[in-house]
Amino acid sequence: MSQALLSVDNLSVDFSTYGQTHHVLKNVSLDVPARSQIALVGESGSGKTVTMKAIMGLLRQPPATIAGGRIFYDGRDLLTLPDKERLKLRGTAMSMVFQDPMSSLNPVFTIADQMTTILKYADRRLDRQRNGRDRLARVHEVLTQVRMRDPERVARSYPIMLSGGMRQRVLIAMALLSEPKLLIADEPGTALDVTTQAQILKLLKDLVEARGLALLMITHNLGVVRETSSYVYVMNKGQVVEHRPTAELFAAPREDYTKALIAAVPRLTGGTRFGTAEVAP
Amino acid sequence: MEFLAFLVRRVLWSLLVLVGLSIVIFAIARIVPGDPARMALGPTATAEQVADLRADLGLDRPIVEQYGRFIAGLARGDLGRSLLNERPVASDIRDTFAATFELVLFTIMLAFAFGVPLGVAAARWKDRWPDNLVRVFAIFCAVTPGFFLALLLQILAGYVLHILPTTGRLPPSMDFAADITGLVTIDGLLRGRLDVVLEGLRYLLLPSIALAAATMGQIARITRSSMIDVASQDYIEASRAFGVPERVRVFKYMLRPSFVPPLTIMGLEFASLIGNAFVVELVFAWPGMAAYGIRTILQKDLNAIMGVVMVSGVFFVLVNLLIDVLVGFVDPRVRIRGRRA
Ligand SMILES: Nc1ncnc2c1ncn2[C@@H]1O[C@H](COP(=O)(O)OP(=O)(O)OP(=O)(O)O)[C@@H](O)[C@H]1O
Ligand SMILES: [Mg+2]
Repeated sequence: MSQALLSVDNLSVDFSTYGQTHHVLKNVSLDVPARSQIALVGESGSGKTVTMKAIMGLLRQPPATIAGGRIFYDGRDLLTLPDKERLKLRGTAMSMVFQDPMSSLNPVFTIADQMTTILKYADRRLDRQRNGRDRLARVHEVLTQVRMRDPERVARSYPIMLSGGMRQRVLIAMALLSEPKLLIADEPGTALDVTTQAQILKLLKDLVEARGLALLMITHNLGVVRETSSYVYVMNKGQVVEHRPTAELFAAPREDYTKALIAAVPRLTGGTRFGTAEVAP
Repeated sequence: MEFLAFLVRRVLWSLLVLVGLSIVIFAIARIVPGDPARMALGPTATAEQVADLRADLGLDRPIVEQYGRFIAGLARGDLGRSLLNERPVASDIRDTFAATFELVLFTIMLAFAFGVPLGVAAARWKDRWPDNLVRVFAIFCAVTPGFFLALLLQILAGYVLHILPTTGRLPPSMDFAADITGLVTIDGLLRGRLDVVLEGLRYLLLPSIALAAATMGQIARITRSSMIDVASQDYIEASRAFGVPERVRVFKYMLRPSFVPPLTIMGLEFASLIGNAFVVELVFAWPGMAAYGIRTILQKDLNAIMGVVMVSGVFFVLVNLLIDVLVGFVDPRVRIRGRRA
């Protein structure tokens, strides 16, 4: 367990609202080894996003409280780390790919502005010296990595000038800015059409493999699980009910809940009958 | 490029509105019951005198020709003569408008300078004591009638504490004519008379506070709700997840998208204060156009009324044009799509 890059150990999270306490996560354990592709799957409300927020340190306390458990990153317990040290990891060592490309970018600032701002404060937290021009160069570089044809123009654009697929790629590029070791993707691309989503998942997988990153893919879609992971954790009502290599899970799901999930989800195929549809801005 | 197109569209639209406005004002002036010439001359005038004045004013001409003359006059900056004292309406309006404009400009700046930070603070500490304080204060400001506040301030600061002047724009002993822009503070600055600028500001303070309170309350409230709305957007959570510090999140990522509603309110208030400032102007003996407008209405001075309404209308349109441009500057969605988001 200790050799995993990220290791969640018996994590329990409660939410108290209006004087009532809800046990939203119950003894959740999962491991993400370096360079691995792990999926966390479960129906809506099963606690996937709360797990992700706990890992990233984004839970607002209150209303949430961490009732028990530990989260290790690179052997360090994140829950006992001082705030300042923890902040050094957020968006740098571990980074998030946001789900909704339409709402996750600030509408009134250019892509370059938003990305250089992220980079500026990441640099500051990590005591890295870099000037504005170098930061912009880095922005162009990551935009190229997510296969933007004209990174300079994209950087100058406001979000509204870009298509959904391009915005999702910008969100991936943002996550890559500070060369994280771990990417956590919460349902990336579910707001996009199936074709574009497939392209995004392919891109994400290629990037993760090429750069040797670990990927924790959060989804309720088993089609996505099959495409993007080698090991899968199945969550239901705040608990991990089953976890096995992906191929095994699909060959012989053990839990009735997993069977129901598999039956319920349409297959997501990589290719498409309509050809590749990159929407021009 | 798209900004230019946006600008051109806005300007054309404003011109259209102005033409419409001139027609409406003209039509209303001709529809009001009673003969303007008779009203101006009073019941003792003879029928010939009335007929002479009607001919003088062109009231005996076909309506289309009258409108044509009205527009031609407007284009030359000629608003006709007062029916009461024969003075050119345009010059009366020019003098009084400058006074009102200075007052309202200062008022809006006060309202914005205090309203926006209060709204931001309330949103930042939502449901905690700063928020509660701001909300109560904003409501209080918004519901207190301007004349009440004006009298209160005048009595308190002027007659009880003797710290601020209560009437006029400058001390009578001060020898200064605002003859460049008509704005005392600006002209004082242009002429290098710092004493005039300071005195001008002292005289501005009470009336503009009285006038600003309601607008400031509104701006604080709308800034607060706009900020709270933006705070719950995914992109704010995303910037948190990327480690952008809270200070930057609040003052950059949240404030700018929240800025459009307070800007819009500011524009509307700016324009409507020009007309609504009359109570405060009367209380503080401020020689402004709002008070002048009320006088002309009471005296049924038709040309002067039309002039005041027209100038207010033009001002309204110009301010809104300016606000539209500012909004387009703040929010790229507006100038790209060409409409408000
Ligand atoms: N701020 C909160 N206050 C109270 N309860 C919350 C809060 N956030 C989440 N929960 C509860 O935690 C549970 C898990 O929510 P979570 O968002 O993790 O689900 P999810 O698996 O990500 O679902 P989805 O697939 O819809 O995104 C839900 O029952 C939800 O009601
Ligand atoms: Mg979720």
